[in-house]
Amino acid sequence: MTTAAITTDLATTTQPAASVQWSAFGSLLLRDALVVWKTKWAFLLRTIMQPLLFVFVFGYVFPKIGQGIGGRAGAAQFSTLLGPGLIAVAIIFQGIQSVALPMVQEFGYTREIEDRVMAPVPVWAVGAEKIVSGALQSVFAALVVLPFVYLVPSTPVHFSFNWPVIVTLVPLSCLLAGALGLTVGTRVEPRQVPLIFSVLVLPMTMLGAAYYPWTKLGAIPWLKWAVLVNPLVYMCEGMRMGMTNIPHMNGFAIYGAIIGFTLALTWIGIDGFRKRVLT
Amino acid sequence: MVPEATDAAAVHPPASPPVTAITGDEVIRCIGLTKQFPGRGGAPSVMAVDHLDLAVRRGEIFGLLGPNGAGKTTTVGMLTTRVIPTSGQALVGDIDVVAEPALAKQLIGVVPQVNTLDRSLTVFENLYFHGRYFGMGAKASRAAANELLERFKLADRAKADTLTLSGGMAQRVMVARAILHRPAILFLDEPTAGLDPQSRIALWEVVQDLHAQGQTILLTTHYMEEADQLCDRVAIMDHGKILALDTAEGLKASIGADTEIGLQADGDLDALARVLESGDTVTRTQVTGDVLRAYLRGSARGALPRLIARADDAGYSITDVSVTEPTLETVFISLTGKELRE
Repeated sequence: MTTAAITTDLATTTQPAASVQWSAFGSLLLRDALVVWKTKWAFLLRTIMQPLLFVFVFGYVFPKIGQGIGGRAGAAQFSTLLGPGLIAVAIIFQGIQSVALPMVQEFGYTREIEDRVMAPVPVWAVGAEKIVSGALQSVFAALVVLPFVYLVPSTPVHFSFNWPVIVTLVPLSCLLAGALGLTVGTRVEPRQVPLIFSVLVLPMTMLGAAYYPWTKLGAIPWLKWAVLVNPLVYMCEGMRMGMTNIPHMNGFAIYGAIIGFTLALTWIGIDGFRKRVLT
Repeated sequence: MVPEATDAAAVHPPASPPVTAITGDEVIRCIGLTKQFPGRGGAPSVMAVDHLDLAVRRGEIFGLLGPNGAGKTTTVGMLTTRVIPTSGQALVGDIDVVAEPALAKQLIGVVPQVNTLDRSLTVFENLYFHGRYFGMGAKASRAAANELLERFKLADRAKADTLTLSGGMAQRVMVARAILHRPAILFLDEPTAGLDPQSRIALWEVVQDLHAQGQTILLTTHYMEEADQLCDRVAIMDHGKILALDTAEGLKASIGADTEIGLQADGDLDALARVLESGDTVTRTQVTGDVLRAYLRGSARGALPRLIARADDAGYSITDVSVTEPTLETVFISLTGKELRE
């Protein structure tokens, strides 16, 4: 190596900040994309397994053995309402998997995020990149899960896509998932990881209107109102609005809540990130 | 404001060091830099760095020498944007690191104490992406990564998982990564802590090589040999303050002795110290733990038998004797009354 390669000069290293920052942000995304590519089989497995088993047991096995949920007519509708719910679950689950879990490791044990934190961008931008990266992975997760929820059930699935809703609500939901991932990832200690699943992911999915429409919860009024603290409810209902003709929550409430949760979690997540990085 | 230690300041820590003007040649400046950590669980708050004034000149290796907890890492943390000062100012080049951290980060390369290599990436990818984070194009970043791997004798490990690297290799990769974007200043925080002697010497060679090419380096260490061997100037730090700042030679000369005789003996060492000082051989003494250090002008030849005889006459039986030249450890002991390793 020539000596010129590491000659240092303040003048040559100070580039226009904005261009460097965008370039750095893009490179952080590129790094995450490479890591996903390197672990693509794990990515697919962790994305597919849960929805596939769910749709297989409840959409294929149950109707076949005459144990369809909601009787014969209900079983047919069940497969249709389950699809959007499973896609929403895949999106939120991906936010935890791709953002929160690696971050818990990186802050807790390995400190390997250090180099990215030292990139010439504001610290909040490194956190924001994690949200965007998680959102992109959630979009992939939704796309990967879609054919399974359509093809696997033994009863007919009736999807009717409302494209304006899909192209706005899917990205928003994915950003929400990424922001949730950052919020969780910056506030959980490594030894608490098992709790993420039992205390957060499981209640969120079971009580997130993924496996039943929120509108039907009128029969249990306290539950109908209590689950509204769960962002997954709005995502599932929104997916139903975008993919099916099943009655769903008011569209304004869905958009309002998803945007509100996204903004709040983004703020909390980035704030948590700054607090973990700076002392 | 820059502290410039004189012999007097070095020997008598409470005296505030005289200051000299800042010139354009100084790439790091700390002015009254302070960090106080709030106490946890009712504990009192900790003054980690206490109104630190410091200037590092372009092209020098500047060492912060001190025991663990002296405030070295907190100082580096503030200069590298990671620790927010409680008060005071830190400048890298002309950039205030608190006001413009993103800009400041462009000018610095950092090798932290722990292995922070990206475990999801190979050795090459660690370097390559570092370049990309700093705005280098794909081609330039790849070329720089390959060049550094070659130079740091890591080319055969380019595709290796970072987890398979030995401590010394990981450290070399981190140094390579830190300099890849050609930072104006390289920060090395305890670069050889935990390394085996061979890896330490290998890393010293790397650092000296960088220095020869004009790289400004600020390193922290609690190894006095490291500060002595590598650094152009050394600041001795304890309890968040700089106690003395000079070249290693200057610091050692400040002791005012050519020979250090370490004695172990049965009985009251403080009393023995007074006995030895009463003669004309010993210029000063210092007792730390079970060792009495006596400092002399000139060599030990002739003086040593006299000292032992004097101790003998006073009823002490000497159990162990060591003869050395004054080291930075000696300076540290004379400033703080304790050993570096404590």
